[in-house]
Amino acid sequence: MRSLKVVSILTGLLAIAACATQETQQPVARPDVKFGKPIAAADLAPWNIDVRTPDGVGLPAGRGTVAEGKTVYEAKCTVCHGVDAKGGPVYGTMVGGIGSFKTNTRVLTPGSMYPYAPILFDYINRAMPMDKPQSLSANEVYAVSAYILNLNGLIPDSAVMDQNSLVKVQMPNRDGFIIDDRPDTQAVRCMTNCK
Amino acid sequence: MRQKIGVDSALTDDGLHARRAVVPAATDPTEDSGRRQFLRRGTMLAGGALAGGMGLARAAPLDVPESNKGFGKPIAENDYGMPSKFESKVKRRRTDILKNRQNFSDWSMTPLQDQLGTVTPNGLIYERHHNGTPDIDPATHKLVIHGMVRQPLEFSMADLMRYPSVSKFYFMECSGNGLTDWLKPASTTVQQTHGLLSAGQWTGIPVAWLLDEAGLEPGASWALFEGGDGSGHVRSLPMKKLLDDCLLVYALNGEMLRPENGYPLRLFVPGWEGNVSVKWLRRIKVGDKPWHTRGETARYTDPMPDGKWRQFSFEMECKSVVTRPSGGMTITPGMQEIQGFAWSGNGKIKAVDVTLDGGKNWQGAVLEGPVMDMSLTRFRYRWDWKGGPATIASRAVDSTGYVQPTVQDIQKSRAIVGFVQHHNGVFPWSVNANGEVKNAIA
Repeated sequence: MRSLKVVSILTGLLAIAACATQETQQPVARPDVKFGKPIAAADLAPWNIDVRTPDGVGLPAGRGTVAEGKTVYEAKCTVCHGVDAKGGPVYGTMVGGIGSFKTNTRVLTPGSMYPYAPILFDYINRAMPMDKPQSLSANEVYAVSAYILNLNGLIPDSAVMDQNSLVKVQMPNRDGFIIDDRPDTQAVRCMTNCK
Repeated sequence: MRQKIGVDSALTDDGLHARRAVVPAATDPTEDSGRRQFLRRGTMLAGGALAGGMGLARAAPLDVPESNKGFGKPIAENDYGMPSKFESKVKRRRTDILKNRQNFSDWSMTPLQDQLGTVTPNGLIYERHHNGTPDIDPATHKLVIHGMVRQPLEFSMADLMRYPSVSKFYFMECSGNGLTDWLKPASTTVQQTHGLLSAGQWTGIPVAWLLDEAGLEPGASWALFEGGDGSGHVRSLPMKKLLDDCLLVYALNGEMLRPENGYPLRLFVPGWEGNVSVKWLRRIKVGDKPWHTRGETARYTDPMPDGKWRQFSFEMECKSVVTRPSGGMTITPGMQEIQGFAWSGNGKIKAVDVTLDGGKNWQGAVLEGPVMDMSLTRFRYRWDWKGGPATIASRAVDSTGYVQPTVQDIQKSRAIVGFVQHHNGVFPWSVNANGEVKNAIA
C-alpha cells in the first residue's frame, strides 16, 4: 500500500517533469571545472583593437593629417564611397546631414550621427576597407578619420589627429541619444467595436 | 518579468487542453468535428468543380502511381538529406524592396509562409551579415575573455565543448524586421515583411560560467562581444543580462551552427535584437561602461520625433503576424485556418486575437503549445470565408500584459518615416472578392 503510494507520487512527478517548459526546469549549475588557458596581455594584443569611444581608451599611438587622409582615401575608399566621400557606386554620402534629424529626410553620416569622433577610428580600423579590413596602419586610420571629419566641417585643414586630439573633437550629435525608455505604447486589448 | 508556471502555462503545456481552454466560443471547439467539417466541405468543393455544383461528385478512377512500381532511390553511403525537389521554391531571399548594391553587408529572409512549425530549418534561418560569411576552421578558432577579469583566458572549441551544455528554444529577430513596410505596402509576401525572424533550439553554455571562471572584477558591468568576421562586428551588452540567460552557442537544431549563422561559435542573447547575438565570436572584453561603437550609435538606434535617437533598445517587443493566408496567396471560399506566429522578447505569449474586419472586432485565437518564454508560439483561428472582402490581422499579448500596438500607436511616440527599426505593429492582410491576399499596412 505504502509502496503503491510512493509509485503513484513518483509517476505524478514524472508527468509534471514531462510537461515542464524550459523555464520551469532546474537551472543548470556551473560545473566545477575550468578549461580556459591563461593568456598574457601581450599575447592577445593583436586582437585587442577596440576603442571605448567616449573617452578614447584603446586608441593607439600614431598620427595622421587631413592631407594624408585624402591620399589614403583616394587610393582605398573612393571606389565604393565616391569622390570627396559624397557617395559612390556602392554607398551613400559620408558628408553632411547635420541638422537633418528633425526632418523626415534624415541624412546619417559620420559627421551628423557619430556622438564621439573615436568611433571613426574604431570602425575604419576594424572594418575598412571592406575587401581588406585590418590592413591599414594606425597612422592611415588617423589620417582617414581626419579627412572625413574635415569634409564634414568639424576640424580645420591643418588638423592632426592622434590619440589626444581625436577625443577632443566636438561632434554635433554628442547629446543626441536617449537610453531606451520603452514600452512607449499603451495599446488596449479592445475586442468589439474598436477604433 | 519571467512568469512562473501558473494557470496559463499549466493549461497550455498540454496542447489539447490548451486548445479546449482558449478556443473562442464562436467557433467549433474540437479538432475532430472541425476536421469532419473540413473534409465535408472539401468534398463538396471538389464535387462542385467536377459536377458543376450538382451535389457530390465521384473522384476519378485511380492509377497505381509509378512510385509503387519500382526501386526507390537507394540509401547513399554518405549523405546529407535535402528537401524534395518539389519544394525548391522554399528558399531564403533578399528583400525586393531595399536593394543594397553589394551582398556583403546585407540580409536574406526566412520564408515564413512555408514555415509549418515553430522551428526554422537551419538552411532557412535568416541572415544578416556586415561583411559576408567567413569560413572558420573550428580546430583553430579561439575565444578570448579579458578586460576587467582576474585572469584573462583563452578557449579552443574543444575546450568549450567539454563543458556540460544547455539547449533552449528561442526566437531570433533582426531589429530591422519590417522596416520597408511601416506606412504603406511595399513588400508582397510575409517573407519580405517579416522574414528577418527565425527560431530554433540553441545549444551551448551559459556566458556566466566562463565569466565566473575568468573572475569578474568589482565594478564589471558591461562587456564587449566581437566577431571574427571581416566587419569585426561589436556590441556592448550589460552584465545583468549576460549573467541572466545569455549563451555561447555552437549548435542549432541539433547540429553545429551553419557558417552563415556564426559557425563555430556565437553569442545568443534571448529576446533581444539579433545583431547583439554576435556571430563568429572571438573575443569578450569586460568593462564598466558601454563602448558606444558605430553599431550602437549610428546604427541600431531609433529616431525620435525631436531629433534624438533611442539607444540600447535591445528587447524585441511583443509581436505577431498571420502567415497563412498572407500576401501573394489566393484563397477559396470555405474554411480557412488562419495561422501565424506570435513572440515576445519580454516573456511568454499570453493570448493572440484575430480580426477579420480590419481591427473593428477581434476574436481569441487558439495558442498551440508548448508556449515558451521568448519563443515562437503558433496560433490558429478557423474562419469560414464567405467570399467577400476582408482585412485580417493578429494582435498578441505577452505575459507582462503588453498588447501589440498598431503602427498608429507607435507613431504617437516615435519617428517612423525612413530607415526605421523595431516595427512590432499589427500587420493586416487584405482579401479581395477574388480571394487575393495583399499587404494592407497603412
